[in-house]
Amino acid sequence: MKILTISFALLLSFSAVSGGVSVEDFPNDDGSSLIVRWNSTVNTEAAGYYVYRQDNPEDGYFLLSRIASPAETLFVDYDPRYPLSAGMNVSYKIVAISHEEEELEILGESSVFSSSASFFNGTKTNTFFATVIAFGLILYFINTIKKGKSLFIRKIAGLDALDEAVGRATEMGRPVLYVTGLGYMEDIATVASVNILGPVAKKVAEYESTILVPNFDPIVYTVTSEVVKEAYLEAGRPDAYNPDQVFFISEHQFAYVAAVNGIMLREKPATNLFLGMFYAESLLLAETGNQTGAIQIAGTDAVTQLPFFVTSCDYTLIGEELYAASAYLSRDPVLCATIKAQDIEKGLLMILLVSLSILSILNVFFFKSDIVWRLISAFFRVE
Amino acid sequence: MQLSTSIWVWIAAFLTLTIYSFLYKDNPLYRFAEHVFVGASVGWSIAIVWHMTAIPYIGIPLRDAFVQRNWPGLIYVAIPTLLGCLYFFRFFPKQSWLARWPIALMMGYYCGISISPSIETNIFTQVQGTILTGFNPTSLSSWWALLLLIGVVSTLFYFFFSLKHEGIVGKTSRLGIWFVMIAFGASFGYTVMARVSLLIGRIQFLLHDWLGILK
Repeated sequence: MKILTISFALLLSFSAVSGGVSVEDFPNDDGSSLIVRWNSTVNTEAAGYYVYRQDNPEDGYFLLSRIASPAETLFVDYDPRYPLSAGMNVSYKIVAISHEEEELEILGESSVFSSSASFFNGTKTNTFFATVIAFGLILYFINTIKKGKSLFIRKIAGLDALDEAVGRATEMGRPVLYVTGLGYMEDIATVASVNILGPVAKKVAEYESTILVPNFDPIVYTVTSEVVKEAYLEAGRPDAYNPDQVFFISEHQFAYVAAVNGIMLREKPATNLFLGMFYAESLLLAETGNQTGAIQIAGTDAVTQLPFFVTSCDYTLIGEELYAASAYLSRDPVLCATIKAQDIEKGLLMILLVSLSILSILNVFFFKSDIVWRLISAFFRVE
Repeated sequence: MQLSTSIWVWIAAFLTLTIYSFLYKDNPLYRFAEHVFVGASVGWSIAIVWHMTAIPYIGIPLRDAFVQRNWPGLIYVAIPTLLGCLYFFRFFPKQSWLARWPIALMMGYYCGISISPSIETNIFTQVQGTILTGFNPTSLSSWWALLLLIGVVSTLFYFFFSLKHEGIVGKTSRLGIWFVMIAFGASFGYTVMARVSLLIGRIQFLLHDWLGILK
């Protein structure tokens, strides 16, 4: 309560009031919004207001917006056509208008107000705590593993088949095709795919086989080429690394698909790995690979594409199995710690889901209060 | 029947048919269409990047900052531009390690920036939508919501990786994968319908725009 009072006092101290028009900083933003308040007009002919803004005294006021109701006394200035940014000095003028849009009276002008960015976005407090918990758990389990405790990871069939798939490609003298999908580096699935590429490329290098990595995005291409190069180095076969194994095709979805399908038909890879972010091209790729008789292992977190992979691939990593794959393959203690931490987080969420649902049911039958819904709303910040 | 007189419609129809020839087997016509498609898309992408990124976000701001003697502004644009240019060191084997700097920066940036939206959309919004609120035994939608809750909890069990899937955990996770497969079946049917509509669109182009058979 004390914090709220101080915040309110601070908010008031950061407002500019002049001539009945006040300006306040919009809380929890990057300085791109301001709140303008005024006293409603007593003119009975008024049908609304014009909101004028002045960014530069030399340029004068310009019409920012029209308010259609005379009862309105608040306007939030957030318009991409007239963007605000932190540090901008602006002032506002409110004019009452008639039904014919004639200006009736000037209600006032605010003094110059400087927009500012909030240091902390209070609406994301729950996200902050969730992040802290997640990071805390990961650090705890990393520490636990470093002390020598081993962590169990359950069997993932698609990943157990990777060895067999790479071995088959070696025996047949054909390449392994690794498709990272249409994602960018900001996609978690692409990051997971790049993580899996390392162990796969290392295995390919150890078996003295060939890996082909066609790329959709230039940034992903630079990352995958570095990963494959590094994998060949780790396998002790830097001489076997051929930079042409990893290549960029096109940033156009279906041009990329046409080219990868062509590669599948001409190079006839023995193993196709589709791991990453996929869209409408998933079935086109997997179906073509199926026709060539290749072993296919797919994995994505794109829910709409998973059914296509399930029907046309030998093994499919569903959603989070893709994220767990890099830990599973490398058995890296740090990655295993993240898996354990994620499981604990899932457990916490499950407890939250079930307990709040039970509380809600009990509330319906016994307590009959809206406190439960208010509790959930407060926690998730839902209006 | 009224054949199209537009050369572009003929080219589009020819390329459509050459791409469809893939359904028979790989052939020179398909390869021709594939290479035209890839080449055209790469050329188009380069033009887009040049006109919509390089010029407005690098060229013009650098020029303006230089003309206005706005040195902080110049540095503000020049630093990321120089970092981006480090990618070109991939062409020089001895200095190619410099390309790792922008890669590391991009990876770190994207991993960091995706934390908050991932938690909000993948966790909070989903959990909030799954919690039973205002359960009404006489309403069918409440029972559907309960089924949804059971489905989510059992599916979460399937995605426990650090627990052996035996006993109650194994049974619950098996129930969870049933829910997942039912959802996949529904999604499959829905998406196939959308794909069929794409095919219909292409056939309409061939029969209406090109051959003029359909009115």
